[in-house]
Amino acid sequence: MDAPVIVVIGAGPAGTRAAQTLACAGLRPIVLDENQRQGGQIYRRQPENFTRAPAKLYGASAAAATALHADFEALRPSLDYQPETLAWGVSGDMLLTECRGHADAVRFDGLIIASGATDRIMPCPGWTLPGVFSLGGSQIALKAQACAIGQAPVFMGTGPLLYLVAWQYLQAGVKPRAVLDTSSLTTRLRGLGGLRRRPAVLAQGLRYMAGLARAGITLRSGIRPVRIESRQDGETPCAGAVIWKDGQGRTHRTDCDAVGIGYGLRSETQLADLLKCDFAFDATSRQWLPVTDRDGATSRAGVYLAGDGAGIRGADAAESAGALAALRCLQDIGRPVMEGEMTRLRAALEPMNGFRHGLETGFPWPWRHAAGLPDDTVVCRCENVTAGDIRRAAGPLDSPEINRAKAFVRVGMGRCQGRMCGLAAAEILAAARGVAIEEAGRVRSAAPLKPLPAKIRGVVT
Amino acid sequence: MTGLFRRVAETGRPEIAITVDGHAVTALEGDTILTALLVAGDRLRFNEFDKMPRAGFCLMGACQDCRVWTEDGHELRACSTSVTPGLRIVTKEVPWTRP
Repeated sequence: MDAPVIVVIGAGPAGTRAAQTLACAGLRPIVLDENQRQGGQIYRRQPENFTRAPAKLYGASAAAATALHADFEALRPSLDYQPETLAWGVSGDMLLTECRGHADAVRFDGLIIASGATDRIMPCPGWTLPGVFSLGGSQIALKAQACAIGQAPVFMGTGPLLYLVAWQYLQAGVKPRAVLDTSSLTTRLRGLGGLRRRPAVLAQGLRYMAGLARAGITLRSGIRPVRIESRQDGETPCAGAVIWKDGQGRTHRTDCDAVGIGYGLRSETQLADLLKCDFAFDATSRQWLPVTDRDGATSRAGVYLAGDGAGIRGADAAESAGALAALRCLQDIGRPVMEGEMTRLRAALEPMNGFRHGLETGFPWPWRHAAGLPDDTVVCRCENVTAGDIRRAAGPLDSPEINRAKAFVRVGMGRCQGRMCGLAAAEILAAARGVAIEEAGRVRSAAPLKPLPAKIRGVVT
Repeated sequence: MTGLFRRVAETGRPEIAITVDGHAVTALEGDTILTALLVAGDRLRFNEFDKMPRAGFCLMGACQDCRVWTEDGHELRACSTSVTPGLRIVTKEVPWTRP
């Protein structure tokens, strides 16, 4: 009998540890990675000709990042690693892939999806101006390209990444103009119970905040974004100031030349959707997520999820979850596995769930802001669909959920398939109709998951 | 015109000459197209609907708001494509080529 074909999607912390576990069991997993180099986003590697030390790139996580990269390099002979490869569709037990204009179809007996996450975005007027980037993007500019998004950036949103990115910019010699957090101090105290489950991580976060305060950077909590205003030096209007309200409702203006925005992370779940895995509404994060058991097994036999793509628990949890999902996959195909190792990994993941709950409680997605967005605010940046368009779909056009609104006004129909706008659009629709957010549904995924070249070569069987 | 991005390290890399909308732009080896264009300028493309400038957003291949074209009509995602010597980019309209 041929060896079973196990495919791992993604080569970040979860995908790498899944691949390692499979290789240690004597299999040769196929690893499909959209990036040019292994590492994922949080441990993303700089190009080979860059020379900065890991401590400069990953700070307190340098040891974890270095170990993940080194372990992967040691594994390379035992893997079928395919970088720059997009899994864009599904046909039966085949994944449809594309790499540099070449199409292929990859049959799988087992599939571990470690597709990670992107920034969770709440639009505000002006967020499509040049100079406004996601928080994750602001960090990637620095980490992977040694560039700052501007000389005087404002970082706005909520979550630990807000402070980490601001601190990393400060270390790189770029002083942020302000760090503006929509969560209030009271809210953050409420999350403390969960955050205490990982004391070292909590302490690190507090050190970043203290470091920023010591450097004289404006740190404000409980803010509400009003708009991003433009400046114009040349022919292009670019981000020039953030207008925001403090907790008392007073309006402030912070001049800047760039803005990084992000409100925590959202899971990338499109492949699980194409595979028709069951989804359930997750009240903690107010988003629909694929249903998994504690090992990452989905409702579809042979398909497993690991890492932030299954729910946001961060890089350390992703490493454990990747290994656990791979062990479960091995067990399900009848390979001997060490039960003790699975028990150990499940125990390691337990405090991560509490920590995740603490993060969502302490730095919540400011979903109420969606209802207050002015009608002319662009929400879907691909198709330029405004909050008013979505309200028209919700009211006069009587769309009960987001996919009907998508059919009427094209929200979430563009190239990004609602990755940037989908959560906010659903909140706007739910608020306009006065229904609970779960009733607004989620933007359905469709193949191809990302744009493909019109002239694609290769045969799809 | 000033660039949006500012280099903070790794500036000793070899230079690579590329062309953007007919103008010479100097990039560094290891730059993505997005980096090269935003160090030298302040936008990447224009939105198809309101024709306003855009400069990318997510930098991780998710938002698709950094797409530019080569002069011979290939669409590229600027945040995840590295510059190569002699690369010729257009940002203003989709070039159509004869088959």
